[in-house]
Amino acid sequence: MIEAVAQNLVFGILLGALYGLAAVGIAMVFGVTKFLNVAHGELLMFGGYASFWLFKLFNLDPFLSLPLTIIFLLLIGTVLYKLLFVRMVKLPEEEKIKNTMLVGFGLTLILQNIALNLWTADDRGITTSYSGAAFTLLGVRFPYVRVAGLVISLVCLFALQQFLRRTYTGKAIRATVEDWEAASLVGIDVHKVYLLSFLIGTALAGVAGALVLVSFSVEPAMGMHWTLKSLIVMVLGGAGNFMGTFVGGILLGATESTAAFFIPGNYRQVVGLVLFLLILIFKPQGLFGAKER
Amino acid sequence: MRNLRIISIILLIIILACVPQVVEKDSIINLLCLVFLYISLASAWNILGGFTGQTSLGHAAFFGLGALAARLLWIRGFPIYPSILAGGLLAVVFALLIGFPSFRLKGVYFAIGTLALAQILNVTVGNVFPTIAALPVEELVAYQLTPRYYLFLGLAVIVVGVAYLLVNSRLGLGMMAVREEEDAAESLGISALRHKLLALVISAFLTGLAGGAFAYYHVSYYFQFPFTPMWSLDMLTMVYIGGTGTVLGPIIGAVFFVVLKEFLVLNVGEYHLIIFGVLFVLVVLFLPGGIISAWKKIRDALTHRTKSNAVKLSPEAKS
Repeated sequence: MIEAVAQNLVFGILLGALYGLAAVGIAMVFGVTKFLNVAHGELLMFGGYASFWLFKLFNLDPFLSLPLTIIFLLLIGTVLYKLLFVRMVKLPEEEKIKNTMLVGFGLTLILQNIALNLWTADDRGITTSYSGAAFTLLGVRFPYVRVAGLVISLVCLFALQQFLRRTYTGKAIRATVEDWEAASLVGIDVHKVYLLSFLIGTALAGVAGALVLVSFSVEPAMGMHWTLKSLIVMVLGGAGNFMGTFVGGILLGATESTAAFFIPGNYRQVVGLVLFLLILIFKPQGLFGAKER
Repeated sequence: MRNLRIISIILLIIILACVPQVVEKDSIINLLCLVFLYISLASAWNILGGFTGQTSLGHAAFFGLGALAARLLWIRGFPIYPSILAGGLLAVVFALLIGFPSFRLKGVYFAIGTLALAQILNVTVGNVFPTIAALPVEELVAYQLTPRYYLFLGLAVIVVGVAYLLVNSRLGLGMMAVREEEDAAESLGISALRHKLLALVISAFLTGLAGGAFAYYHVSYYFQFPFTPMWSLDMLTMVYIGGTGTVLGPIIGAVFFVVLKEFLVLNVGEYHLIIFGVLFVLVVLFLPGGIISAWKKIRDALTHRTKSNAVKLSPEAKS
């Protein structure tokens, strides 16, 4: 019994790491640009498909092909930004959030149906030589690919934090978040900062997509699910604190899987959503967010 | 001018009421049924999303509850009209339950919060009623399109009528004041929460009625189907394409939405949703007030109206 609960919890945490990574991507974009990109889940789906086809056609290992997946997503991100999002940079904040959300819904429809037409509605998964392998600790199984997902997510998070903290460009991004007008006065190219933040978010979606592919599978309609999860986790963790966001993801994954173990029927999603609503209403700044200034 | 408009509206309704007597083809009647359903949905959504400015992504919940209650009562032998009314009332009960907590949320958080609420209901209904809502044989044999047509037509007239009355009422003006500037409205003695709640209740009731009509119209569907988030997104899409916060906008948006979708399905087949998505993105980016404001701009340009004052005073020019 205890082992079964622990096993569930571990799987929940490992899945939660992917929620966290996806959410950090959407939070990065939202935090800096105030673009609410609800097509984030579709970008994640494209990342999964990129990884899938690199494996299928060129026999590239999904972990080794991560840089290629990222490059593919950066291309998509650049096109989307230059074609659509750049037009909404100058709107006042509330308008910007609303309009990017609406454009995002349009994109959801477009990207999902492109995937559907190109690659059919089939569930796509891959089997590598190490797919089923796992190590056992105290009677709990840890599949290698899922642990690798957690580790890669943590590496991405750490790299992002160091980038924002230590590099000149990272400081420029943080300055823009504080006050974009003042930032542009001291010579920071705000447009470049916006583009860069958008691309970082896109790249993180791509990595998350590849990790979802190796642990589970991908299909064209998966985007909505992941966007919703990312939004929930972003609000859970509190905007502006990526570590908090990531921990929020792990919490959501752990809660869902534990609840799924104890409540009969398929209610795991409901538990996550109820948790989300409660936090949204009673602690709108998120679990780890700073108080409103 | 005003009389002329009223007469032409009444004429239009009479002509639409005559359609089933004249037109034999079921496909045209079905298309019109869909148009009326979507006009009702868009206009009902617009009362909360357009007039009051609270973008809801959870209206599928009201639609679904209306459909669920009406269908369950109806196939258990209740007459259809009271069943539909019960559906509307169930939607109101749910609206009152979620109203107070969700209006603590502002702007985009309200949108995401309502989406989450609707998803909770969607998943729960899918678990509790996993089956198809099929009609009993005797109903299936007795199925006729004409009463459904009149139901949808009547529904559309009622919903648009309510929207029209609201725009010209004190309550509607209060709602618009809340949309424009909540604090300023409060300082004038308009209770923002009260107006938002009323808008939500009216909007939910009408959406619930539409759900009931849907339950009467559709022969078989999964109980979960009217709860899917697609319905909420469709309502929002139609209103934005037509023009938010106007009476005419949602009607134009709905007609455009249904007719274009049918046209694309017939002509470009599997690519229709891609093209539809592209069109929607273009409208959001380049026609911020929807078709109705584009039309106004063209008309103004054609009649050479002196721009400054006329344009500045119209509410569409502001947003």
